Amino acid sequence: MGDVLVFAEYFGEHFPKTTLVAVNAGLELAKKRGGSCLAVVAGADVGALASELAKFGVSKVIALEHPALKDYLADAYAIAISALVKKLGSEYLLATATAVGKDLMPRLAARLDAPMASDIVAINDDNTLVRPMYAGNALATIEMEGLIKVVTVRATAFDAAQPSGSVAPVEKVPAELDDGALKMQFVAFNQTKSDRPQLTEARIVVSGGRGLRSGENFKTVLEPLVDELGAAMGASRAAVDAGFVPNDLQVGQTGKVVAPELYIAVGISGAIQHLAGMKDSKTIVAINKDPDAPIFSVADFGLVADLFKAVPETVEELKKLKHS
Amino acid sequence: MKILVPVKRVPDPATTIRVLPDGSGIATDNIKWVINPFDEIAIEEALRIKEKQGSGEIVLCSIGQITWQEQLRTGLAMGADRAILVKSDQPLDTLAIARILVKVVNDEKPDLVILGKQAIDDDSNQVGQMMAEMLGWPQATFASQIEFADGKCKVTREVDGGLETIAFPLPAVVTTDLRLNEPRYASLPGIMKARKKELKEIAAESLGIDLAPRLRIKKLTAPPKREAGRKVESAAELVQLLHSDAKVI
Ligand SMILES: Cc1cc2nc3c(=O)[nH]c(=O)nc-3n(C[C@H](O)[C@H](O)[C@H](O)COP(=O)(O)OP(=O)(O)OC[C@H]3O[C@@H](n4cnc5c(N)ncnc54)[C@H](O)[C@@H]3O)c2cc1C
Ligand SMILES: Nc1ncnc2c1ncn2[C@@H]1O[C@H](COP(=O)(O)O)[C@@H](O)[C@H]1O
Repeated sequence: MGDVLVFAEYFGEHFPKTTLVAVNAGLELAKKRGGSCLAVVAGADVGALASELAKFGVSKVIALEHPALKDYLADAYAIAISALVKKLGSEYLLATATAVGKDLMPRLAARLDAPMASDIVAINDDNTLVRPMYAGNALATIEMEGLIKVVTVRATAFDAAQPSGSVAPVEKVPAELDDGALKMQFVAFNQTKSDRPQLTEARIVVSGGRGLRSGENFKTVLEPLVDELGAAMGASRAAVDAGFVPNDLQVGQTGKVVAPELYIAVGISGAIQHLAGMKDSKTIVAINKDPDAPIFSVADFGLVADLFKAVPETVEELKKLKHS
Repeated sequence: MKILVPVKRVPDPATTIRVLPDGSGIATDNIKWVINPFDEIAIEEALRIKEKQGSGEIVLCSIGQITWQEQLRTGLAMGADRAILVKSDQPLDTLAIARILVKVVNDEKPDLVILGKQAIDDDSNQVGQMMAEMLGWPQATFASQIEFADGKCKVTREVDGGLETIAFPLPAVVTTDLRLNEPRYASLPGIMKARKKELKEIAAESLGIDLAPRLRIKKLTAPPKREAGRKVESAAELVQLLHSDAKVI
C-alpha cells in the first residue's frame, strides 16, 4: 500500500489546530490502508516548523524549501508539491479544507491527474470515504480510483493529533521550481485584527445575525457576551453581507464550519446554509424573538426573547455565576 | 475582453433536500432549479466588466442535460451574449467537467474565466482550480473584488483571517465569493432578447475526452437528525442550565 502525505499549513511560526486535524486524519487513513503517514511543510525556511511537526506521530516530515514558497501562492505550491508527491510515490495527498487547502488541493489534483474528495467527515474500513453534499442535507459514501487520490478533511470531523512521545526524522528537500515560469504575485494581506480565539479553534462560539441590526450593536451588545465567555465571534451571512462584521466570521455552508462545545446563535433565523456550518456543535443555544425560527429546531436550549434585553441579562447572570 | 462563465444548474437554495430511501440520489419531484448562486455572481461580474470596458463578449457554458437550457436562457436574459450547452446525461466528476471546460476554453480563447467558487449541490469547490492548472493559468479563488490595471488583474480574496490581494497577467481563472456583487434580475426586454441569442449544443461524447468518473458516489444517506431541546424562560435559567446541566460553562 502507498503512503499518505499530509500538507501541513502554518500561520507564522505555529501550526493551527486545523493542521493537526489533517495529521490525525492522515494517520487514521494510513493505519486503515497499512501504509505510513508523512507530512510536508513548504516555505522559504521551514526547518524549525518541520521539527515541531515531527512530534505529532508522523513517520517523517519533509521541509520543502524554495525562496518562491515564502508566501503561499497556488501556482508555485502546486508545482513544488506535485513534484514531491511523484518523487515519494504517495497514494494519498491530504490537507484540511481551510482557505489554503481549498485553493491548493484541486489544483494539485489536476496536476497529478488525480480524483479529489472535498471536506471528508469519515474514513470507512472498506476504504470508502464520507463527505457531505447539499449543505449537509446528504452524506455521500464515495470511492475514488487512481494511483494518487487527493482529499481535504473537514476540521470539525476529526480530533487534532497529539504529541506521540517520539520525534520523526526531518528531511530538507529543495523544491524543484523554476520561478521564471510563475505568474502569480502576492500583493498584500489585510489581516482582521482580533484578540479573540480563532473561530475554528474556540471551545465556545457566539454568533450574531441580522437581528443585531448594526455593526455598532455587535460591539455594544454581542461582544460583552463573547468576551465574558472567552469565546470566538461568528456571524450569519446576512450580518456579514450587511457589513456588520468581517467576511471571515461567516459560519455556514459557504463560510466556516465550526463544532464547538457551545454555540450561541443570537438573532439568527437558522437557514439551512447557516445550520450546515454549526449543527454538529455539542450544545446549541438560540436567542431569537421569533418562536418559530428554524434555529430552535436544532437548539438544545432556546430562549424566545428580544436579544437587546436577553443578551445583557445573560452577561449579568454569567458574572453572578462567576462570583458565586 | 472575452469572458467565459461556466454555469451549473442546481436546486434552489431555499428547497428542502430529501435523500431517497434507497440512497440512489435526492428526491427531485418538488425542486425548483436555478443557476448556481455563485455562477450568477460570476455572470454579474462579467457583465460589469464588459459594461465598464465598453466592449467584450460573454459566453456561458454548461455541461448537462437538455433541461439546462433553461438556466442558460436566464443567463442570456441577464445580458450574456451567447451560450454553449455540452450535452451529457451521465454523471461526471469534477475532473471531467474541468477537462470539458478546458476544451471549450481552447476553442473559444477567452481572456478570463469567471465561475462560482462552489456548486451548492455537490459543494466540491474544485472545478475552477482544476481548470486553472490544466490551462497553466493563474487562479484567484474566493474573489471579493476584481480590478484591472497596468495590464494586470488584481483580485482581493476572502481567506482565513482576513483579505488577501494577489496580482497576475491574463488569461486567468477567477472564482467568485458572495461579497463580489449582487446579481441583477433579468429584465423583460432582456428576456425577449435572450430568445434570439445563440445557444449552441455539443455532445460531450464528440469531444474525444475521457469522461469516465474517477470519483463515484456509492450511496447517499440522510444525516442524523438533531432533536430540538427545550425552551427556557429567562437568561437566568439559561445560564443555570448551561452550568449544571450541559456543564459547558
Ligand atoms: C449560495 C448561498 C450561500 C449561503 N451561505 C451562507 C453561509 O455560509 N452562512 C449563512 O449564515 N448563511 C448563508 N446563506 C444565507 C442564508 O440563506 C440566510 O439568508 C442567512 O443565514 C440569514 O441570516 P440571519 O439569520 O442573520 O438573518 P435572517 O434570516 O433575517 O434572521 C434574522 C433573525 O433575527 C431575529 N431577530 C430580529 N430582531 C431580533 C431581536 N430584537 N431579538 C431577537 N431576535 C431577533 C429574527 O426573528 C430572525 O429569525 C447563503 C445563501 C445562499 C443563497
Ligand atoms: N456541469 C457543469 N457545467 C458547467 N459548469 C460547472 C459544472 N459543474 C461545475 N461547474 C462550475 O464549477 C464551479 C465550481 O463547482 P464545484 O467545483 O463542483 O463546486 C461552479 O460554480 C460552476 O461554475
